[in-house]
Amino acid sequence: MSTRVYVPGDAAAISVGADEVAAAFAAQGFEVVRTGSRGMLWAEPLVELDSADGRVGFAGVTSAAAAQAASTDWASLESMSIGLVDQHPWMAAQRRVTTARLGVVDPASIADYEAHGGWAGLRRALQIGPAAVVEEVITSGLRGRGGAGFPAGIKWRTVAEQDSEVKFVCCNFDEGDSGTFADRMVVEGDPFTLIEGMIIAGFAVGAREGLVYVRSEYPHAVRALRRAVEAAYTHGYLGADVTGSGVAFDLDVRVGAGAYICGEESAMLESLEGKRGEVRAKPPIPAISGLFGKPTVANNVLTLCTVPMILADGGAAYAEYGVDRSRGTQVFQLAGNIARGGLVELPFGHTLGELVESYGGGTRSGRPVRAVQVGGPLGAYVAPSQFDLPLDYEAFAAADAMLGHGGVVVFDDTVDMAKMARFALEFCSKESCGKCTPCRVGSTRGVETMDHILAGRDIDRNLVLLDDLCETMTKGSLCAMGGLTPMPVQSALRHWPEDFHAAGAAQHATEGDPR
Amino acid sequence: MTVSGTPATDRPQVVRAIADQHRQQRGPLLPILHEVMAEFGHIERGDVEVIAEVLNLSVAEVHGVVSFYHDFRTAPPAEHAISLCRGEACQSVGGEGLMDRTRARAARGELGESVEVNEVFCLGNCALGPAGMVQGNLLGRLDDERVEAIAAGWRA
Repeated sequence: MSTRVYVPGDAAAISVGADEVAAAFAAQGFEVVRTGSRGMLWAEPLVELDSADGRVGFAGVTSAAAAQAASTDWASLESMSIGLVDQHPWMAAQRRVTTARLGVVDPASIADYEAHGGWAGLRRALQIGPAAVVEEVITSGLRGRGGAGFPAGIKWRTVAEQDSEVKFVCCNFDEGDSGTFADRMVVEGDPFTLIEGMIIAGFAVGAREGLVYVRSEYPHAVRALRRAVEAAYTHGYLGADVTGSGVAFDLDVRVGAGAYICGEESAMLESLEGKRGEVRAKPPIPAISGLFGKPTVANNVLTLCTVPMILADGGAAYAEYGVDRSRGTQVFQLAGNIARGGLVELPFGHTLGELVESYGGGTRSGRPVRAVQVGGPLGAYVAPSQFDLPLDYEAFAAADAMLGHGGVVVFDDTVDMAKMARFALEFCSKESCGKCTPCRVGSTRGVETMDHILAGRDIDRNLVLLDDLCETMTKGSLCAMGGLTPMPVQSALRHWPEDFHAAGAAQHATEGDPR
Repeated sequence: MTVSGTPATDRPQVVRAIADQHRQQRGPLLPILHEVMAEFGHIERGDVEVIAEVLNLSVAEVHGVVSFYHDFRTAPPAEHAISLCRGEACQSVGGEGLMDRTRARAARGELGESVEVNEVFCLGNCALGPAGMVQGNLLGRLDDERVEAIAAGWRA
């Protein structure tokens, strides 16, 4: 029997050579299984080999080293060994619930999914009935992982209470926040979990149709998900009679077309209807009037992927993790200028500093950390002096920051925070849907104002204008895009005011102080 | 010329067939536009008229959707394209400099005869930046050398 090696088929692993490594192993007669990535992105391509104690990992494997593996009895890879992957300190201290199977199972194999505990949540859901499923999700304390943090079970109960023949479950897989990739990795590496979560959601609220809205920037994930949906139909998990239960659930995968705003749930619904992705005014909330005006569950990928575990193990077990009103675990993503970037799932309550320093190992460049942006392009820039902040929705909100979708982007001391503030406004001006004036016009005026500041023109007066503009956007925008763009701008100004005055100071130095 | 080699005279029929195939679907417009993009590489005014007729929408409604989304283009693409990420995570590891240099080289024709350099905001490869994409293939830890190696393939 040929030796089996595990090589990630995750897009990030492929982006640094995993396909070439897999081909090199296959050429020597190894049996190559393409798993997802474990999330140790700093170690990719991370190749694993079965041993009596578990899988042994080899980090940063090159195709040249892989090509010699058979003839040298793995000596070519010895220096790359990181020992048993599950016991590696970076993995062992994590609490993997949503991502338990990630990097372990073969995402193309529905049998492998079942062998690793798949469908247990669905089986229990069908046993206990829709109302009890909603109660389990409420008990778990699960909150929307897309960023808003709304209690998922409450949303589900609202949809379940609506009297409508047609209801929908829409999965928001428009993961556009820079610094986030957990949705992509989970779908590429463990797609049946999402399918199972959506079937359970449909069963709980009385919806027979589900749609996944995937961004077009994720072609690998689209392929992985479509392949899994097809397999789920073939094996009777989707369709008119889910596993012989009499419950019907159909699932369709829809691809976005390059618009960040479609990650906002009402814009996503508009886009799914085939319209411009412009946000809707609320109320009515989607739970009452969502897709095509029907009651709709709109949940993020991670929210839905956590549901099967909650049903399998019970909501109370999940709620034991975490702190205060942030129950369970969060899948954090360490990104940017970081030595050990990747996916870290932890119960809420650990500190930001643990993530950046213990897991991340500081910057990739080796220079000091200057700023960390948490929660995507609309999240605040946080200074190292705040590293003791607990990872908890409310603690971050109290510090004028947000956890969002769990993205953590690290910058070293070469970053110009005034330029990052300008970028936040530029991004908003390019990605605003244009429906409301504060966002559409405010972002463009904000870029102009920042250009004046960066050129050293009338800095103090322009900062007053910027502050006023931010207040208008915060209070007057229709959705979080315009409403939160001021968060990175104002946090940058609050913590690093010197960057906003740098151009003025430089001019004074060359021209002599005009005051 | 079209991506799949369909003669230009057949274009309205092909677009109509694509639209007809999706018209019974819920929210058929985006899937139709994606398929037209895959077939022809861009969406023409004439395509918009055909799709509007099949879906019983106004030309303005379809045009409005085409113009809203970055993916839907109304002019043929260059022969080769590379997308480079401008998201914050890629900026933190020098993405902006790479973008500026790559665009400057493309403008001077150094990357090849028909090359476009597109900006994209996040490809989900934020721990292995700067990230890019060529023909749907995700690229990580990009630098000038890797971009040059890709361009060398285009020029060959």
